Amino acid sequence: MKYALLVYQSQDHFDRRDNTTIAAGRAYGEALQAAGVLVGGAGLESPQAATTVSVRDGKRQVHDGPYAETKEFLAGFGIIDVPNLDAALEWAARHPAAGFSKVEIRPLLGSHFAVGNSKPS
Amino acid sequence: MSESSTQAAIETVARNSYGRLIAFLASRSGDVAGAEDALSEAFVAALEKWPTDGVPDRPEAWLLRVARNRLTDAARHNHVRQQSETFLRQVAEEAQTMAETHEHFPDERLKLLFVCAHPAIDPAARTPLMLQTVLGVDAARIASAFLVSPAAMSQRLVRAKIKIRQAAIPFRVPDPAEWAERVSFVLDAIYSAYTVGWDSLNAASSIHQALAAEAVSIGRVLVQLMPSEPEAHGLFALMLHCEARRAARYTSEGEFVPLGQQDTALWSQPMMEEAEQHLRSAAAFERMGRYQLEAAIQSIHANRAKTGSTDWQEIALLYEGLVRVAPGIGSLVGRAVALAQAGQAASGLAALEQIAAGRTVDYQPYWAARGHLLQMLDRNDEAQKAFTRAASLTDDPALRHYLFERAVENI
Repeated sequence: MKYALLVYQSQDHFDRRDNTTIAAGRAYGEALQAAGVLVGGAGLESPQAATTVSVRDGKRQVHDGPYAETKEFLAGFGIIDVPNLDAALEWAARHPAAGFSKVEIRPLLGSHFAVGNSKPS
Repeated sequence: MSESSTQAAIETVARNSYGRLIAFLASRSGDVAGAEDALSEAFVAALEKWPTDGVPDRPEAWLLRVARNRLTDAARHNHVRQQSETFLRQVAEEAQTMAETHEHFPDERLKLLFVCAHPAIDPAARTPLMLQTVLGVDAARIASAFLVSPAAMSQRLVRAKIKIRQAAIPFRVPDPAEWAERVSFVLDAIYSAYTVGWDSLNAASSIHQALAAEAVSIGRVLVQLMPSEPEAHGLFALMLHCEARRAARYTSEGEFVPLGQQDTALWSQPMMEEAEQHLRSAAAFERMGRYQLEAAIQSIHANRAKTGSTDWQEIALLYEGLVRVAPGIGSLVGRAVALAQAGQAASGLAALEQIAAGRTVDYQPYWAARGHLLQMLDRNDEAQKAFTRAASLTDDPALRHYLFERAVENI
């Protein structure tokens, strides 16, 4: 069962990224890897660096900035493969950003048919 | 076999085993809605087959086998991955074994309860979900008890079941580290079913009465499923003590009778005794908690049936403990009243006045308590205002009438 861990941060917290927080993020990624649950993930540049594109009537429309201007925005994401929601929550709670911002856990589309949800006991 | 006796046999299985069948199927597939659909198709098949073939020896195993076939068909239809087929095959094998041997199928209702009250489920859906899946109460009845439209309630339930499946909420009993918190979610959801059934109860609201009775039956299931959890015993004892007084709460004319004036002869002795047994079982674990404290308070009220009086000192002491573990508005108001009844009306009123105004604006018991305490202090004008306010905050006509009477009694 694959889940995306989506980290939302305020501009304020985002700007305060320093070597310590980056090191904590890296250590977290390594822990995920060591546990064999990491599928992938990355931290993201600021929304100011974002460009949004859509195609309407065959015409490409490009605009500067993120899809939505919000107080808190997506600052990074990870994809993990774990047996169920409780295990995903366990990992999400360990994310260094969970202590000051929020981590959303979203199942990946279609992955709910994957095994491991409930082993007969 | 006649159609009506088959019908009766099916109803008996549904009443006794519905929750266990759903829990068994859902705990293996991770899909509550799918389990419900499969089981209801199995019941339809039973209605068709049993009148001619006779009721099988092991009706539950028969239903499980049919439901499992439905699940397998549905899985094939949805082109699910190989792995979930493995699951379904396991379910099939288990069902087969149970049909052949006389083994009982495992009781997974505890896991189902933990899923219903999982922190990832919308709190407003937890209690309805429990009532529907564990007891088989239909959505329309749940909706009317919770004062929402049937459409809104079924949408809430559907959403919760989709969440369980899509997010893969596991069917498991929590680890010791998270046990206390997770159990409290289950207990709170059951208690909330009980209070929905109790708060606005009067002679006319049979739906509420029935729901309170359903909450008591989940409470009974819970103490069977977790016999060494003192709070489960505490909650069950609390509900039993309150249920014991049902007949005394209203006169035959439908007038509201406050606890202190109830005729104790109308209280149910067997229920009070059962409550006391569970309170004793809970005490043996030496781990106090909110529900045990609340049940202990009710136990002292129940004692009036034996002694003719109420030990308010003791009640006040228990409320002291209760506000420490569960500082909800109900316990804060209860403590203030207990202080006043124990002879400290002024301290009681002071305690009431310490409660933040934002919490009291629409809380009827606060205003009734305030009226009562002001009356004890001979501040009758203010008492009248408080009782009037309380009267306008209840949806129970009998209670409203009683509170208006209190408002004018000392003028």
